Amino acid sequence: MKKTIFLGTLTAIGLVAGSAMAGTLEDVKAKGFLQCGVTTGLVGFAAPDANGNWGGFDVDFCRAVAAAVLGDPQAVKFTPTTGKTRFTALASGEIDLLARNTTWTFSRDVDLKFTFIGVNYYDGQGFMVPKELGVTSAKELDGATVCIQTGTTTELNLADFFRANNISYEPVPIETNAEGQAQYLAGACDTYTTDASGLAATRATFENPGDHIILPEIISKEPLGPLVRHGDDQWADIARWTLNALISAEELGITSANLAEMAKGTDKPEINRLLGTEGDLGGMFGLSKDWAVKAIAAGGNYGEIFARNIGESTAIGLARGLNAQWTNGGLIYSPPFR
Amino acid sequence: MTAIADASKGGFRLGMLIYDTRYRSMTIQIVALIGFLIAVGWIITNTAQNLADLGKQPSFGFLWEPSGYDINQHIIDYNSQSPHIRAAVIGLMNTLLVAVMGCVTATIIGVTVGVLRLSNNWMVSRLMAVYVETFRNIPVLLWIVLFNAVIIESLPQPKDFRGANATASMLLNDSVAITGRGLYVPEPLFAKGLGDLPLFGNAFSISLDLMAFLAVLGAGLLISALIKKRADRVQEATGLRPRTWHYRLAVVVLPAVLVLWSLGFYLGYPALKGFNFQGGTFMRGSLVALWLALSLYTATFIAEIVRAGILAISKGQTEAAAALGLRPRRIMSLVILPQALRVIIPPLISQYLNLTKNSSLAIAVGYMDLTGTLMGITLNQTGRELESVLLGMLIYLAISLSISGVMNWYNNSVKLKER
Repeated sequence: MKKTIFLGTLTAIGLVAGSAMAGTLEDVKAKGFLQCGVTTGLVGFAAPDANGNWGGFDVDFCRAVAAAVLGDPQAVKFTPTTGKTRFTALASGEIDLLARNTTWTFSRDVDLKFTFIGVNYYDGQGFMVPKELGVTSAKELDGATVCIQTGTTTELNLADFFRANNISYEPVPIETNAEGQAQYLAGACDTYTTDASGLAATRATFENPGDHIILPEIISKEPLGPLVRHGDDQWADIARWTLNALISAEELGITSANLAEMAKGTDKPEINRLLGTEGDLGGMFGLSKDWAVKAIAAGGNYGEIFARNIGESTAIGLARGLNAQWTNGGLIYSPPFR
Repeated sequence: MTAIADASKGGFRLGMLIYDTRYRSMTIQIVALIGFLIAVGWIITNTAQNLADLGKQPSFGFLWEPSGYDINQHIIDYNSQSPHIRAAVIGLMNTLLVAVMGCVTATIIGVTVGVLRLSNNWMVSRLMAVYVETFRNIPVLLWIVLFNAVIIESLPQPKDFRGANATASMLLNDSVAITGRGLYVPEPLFAKGLGDLPLFGNAFSISLDLMAFLAVLGAGLLISALIKKRADRVQEATGLRPRTWHYRLAVVVLPAVLVLWSLGFYLGYPALKGFNFQGGTFMRGSLVALWLALSLYTATFIAEIVRAGILAISKGQTEAAAALGLRPRRIMSLVILPQALRVIIPPLISQYLNLTKNSSLAIAVGYMDLTGTLMGITLNQTGRELESVLLGMLIYLAISLSISGVMNWYNNSVKLKER
């Protein structure tokens, strides 16, 4: 029995790894939908609504890629992944693209054999504590019980932070954000730590968000971005330049409102090249001329996606901060379409 | 020469491998074996090839790199700078801890419930039947999650103990604190301790105090056993059993107390300091939840096994014992249970194995067992899926085989000896 399962597993790994070698673009076109890995539910980034339709910042990126490749932003199937299962899901070919608040690190890029296609959210790790605890700085957390999602970079940053400050803590490992939220609210841990954006998103779903504060210390750099497997440069290029198209669209003033008009042709060559009225950038990686038009039509430009899902007008209320366009003093910057 | 000798026996033709019944079964087995080996070889080379194509050569070198993560419950020293292999060992120890605690508790509850289910008292036997049927018919994972949720949600948190108008208080003269994070009880400490003895080049150390205490306790038990043997001999020779219980108690208790006193034994009490209780022994809520759920779940199966074992003993045995004038309790412990053990032990082994393997559900409540460390965080942080899972399977296999080895040895010692 044991042996059979073991062999079965090996065979499965072998077969899946074998199929992963084929071109992802052809695979996606052949099956007619994009398989996108997202979180198991983090409001604002990726969470299903009451009708089971996924929505959020990461979800909108998946939809943009699906629109660029297949022409239909709804042609996406979402695979909820935990911090632990996400990389196996991507490496084994179960998903084509992972957009799950994943931090771009050296070892994930080099050792785990993934290609990060850019950064769609510049984040950092923070701590959330109940106000009544009276804590104002993360350095006062000596001896605290900390809820932490396992299999994340935050787990390692946490260990480093407490070691560097020579204070102790008691980690409570949890699998998903929902579990962390439950334990934190029940008081099983004094503080919950994850990316500051995730904390804000989690806090927005609390009954009394005002009772909790996010401590000022940001203890790490967490550049979050979508990623694909190593070894398929064409697919990586498609994902990378779809993200860049959304970012450039904001910079160039292309919005979902004026997209149809701009797609007819403008007097700005960069806009024309992006939207396919001049040259054939799309054809260079096997997509149609108007791929970027479809991608932007799916959910608007980067700024619109940000504002709709996690921006200041939403319950999550994140300011653009580092994620403003470079022209506004942020770090969001797309290489030119040329 | 040999060729001629062979020919004279009628010779061996290739066709005989199939048509001769003497060789046919052998032929089929060898062909099947070759086929199986080819399949295994194909799978291994295919996996290796695919991993090589991905650029991931199988290697266990990652085990000696710093793990980078902390583990809340570690029986031996551990910090985030320790290598992954040490994290795996910590996980293994946590697995064994909960497995041993679970097996002991499940056996005690299981045997009690199994016997009570046969009780003549209608109420008691019905109650036990209800317990058995509820617990064994709901997946153990749900029980684990339920127990954990109950602990977290219903018990007071450390902050409830704080301040002038605290809503919760410690029990037993401020020595025990039951919180949603776990159970804090006093810990044994030694004022004049002997220190620790490092083993395997400081890989881990054992407490000499504990060793001294255990050695004296063991010696006491041994002497007590010798006294019992002597009492047995006297009883066989004279028919009168000398009163020995006070000697036996004294040789066990007195030296142990003496050792504790000379080492300066005292209790360290937990006290609320900062965010948590400090001091004392801390049993995490996740461990308690896992332990209770696994014990209560497995106990139902053990209860049924015990009940089956008892029912397997012919009623004549009970009646014969009763005719000798034995009371029901003594009939059970002297006549029925020893015979029932023969039926009970073999299925009991598989229940112990099940409990140990089910402990890998620990991650559901964040208990850092082997699955949580080696096959969880280590796997995830290093991306070494194949190596971690293979190593994890190997370790579980080794644990299971050891349990079954020990239990088989015990089974051999209680089974019917045919003379």
